[in-house]
Amino acid sequence: MIYAALFYAIALFTVAGAFGVAFSENVVYSAFSLMATLLGAAGLYVFLGADFLAAVQLLVYVGGILVLTLFAIMLTHQISDVEVSNRAVGRWPALGLVGFVGIAMATALVRAPWKVSGEVVAKAAGEGTTYGIGDAFLGPFLLPFELASIVLLTALVGAIVLSRKEIRD
Amino acid sequence: MNFQFANVLVYILLGAITAALMLGLGWLLRPSNPERRKLSTYECGEPPSGSAWINFNIRFYLVALIFVVFDVEVAFVYPVVVAFRDYVLQGKGLLVLAEILFFVGILFVGLVYVWAKRDLEWVKQVRTAA
Repeated sequence: MIYAALFYAIALFTVAGAFGVAFSENVVYSAFSLMATLLGAAGLYVFLGADFLAAVQLLVYVGGILVLTLFAIMLTHQISDVEVSNRAVGRWPALGLVGFVGIAMATALVRAPWKVSGEVVAKAAGEGTTYGIGDAFLGPFLLPFELASIVLLTALVGAIVLSRKEIRD
Repeated sequence: MNFQFANVLVYILLGAITAALMLGLGWLLRPSNPERRKLSTYECGEPPSGSAWINFNIRFYLVALIFVVFDVEVAFVYPVVVAFRDYVLQGKGLLVLAEILFFVGILFVGLVYVWAKRDLEWVKQVRTAA
């Protein structure tokens, strides 16, 4: 009972944040609303028994990506009165598209054979997933784990090279 | 595990209640006496000028980019550290330590790169051929 109420409260928090992102007039407020959405998503991960994912969501998305987003907004020169070169097609086509996608998603939701893996969630909820992930990193997924390091290195060097250009002049 | 997250929830709720209580008490107790200059943004006693949302230096962005990469690295290393003890007990401690050091070492190359290229310095001095 409390569990369900808590779930709906966090889901409402997440969706409200998403509405804030979409409907806010000010792009900075949109970015701050995104924080609510990302925090809510972390909460939903907890409900799925994915504790490590929730922690990473906080660490990387709320702690890192959001700061990056805010900096990107602050860095963009006069972001509020930028001339939009490719305008949106308008409300009615958008409504039609959203309606179509919404119906498709609702159909998928209703038709999907939901597998309630109670024991997996219960196991994760009991002892947490962090140890299992670490064990997998050192065991069968050692190569992907080490490759992730190279991917990160590539991302780092690439991002620096790309964003450095503007400073030179 | 969920019980531990209940702790987190209680912590968040207590924080929110404390903040709301403090602000609410202040709001109830203080006299309401608004004045134009009181309502203006406090800028060290100076009359505020211009918008508060100025363009940041691109340095912030560069440092934030580097931070995100190492943030993800921490996210990768963290579960490995949790499982590390059992590998030590199995006598594979050195091997696993080498694996972790290899992972960190590759990213250390990235740190050396940004350091050597002076991207971490606040004012970057590009040496021009004299």
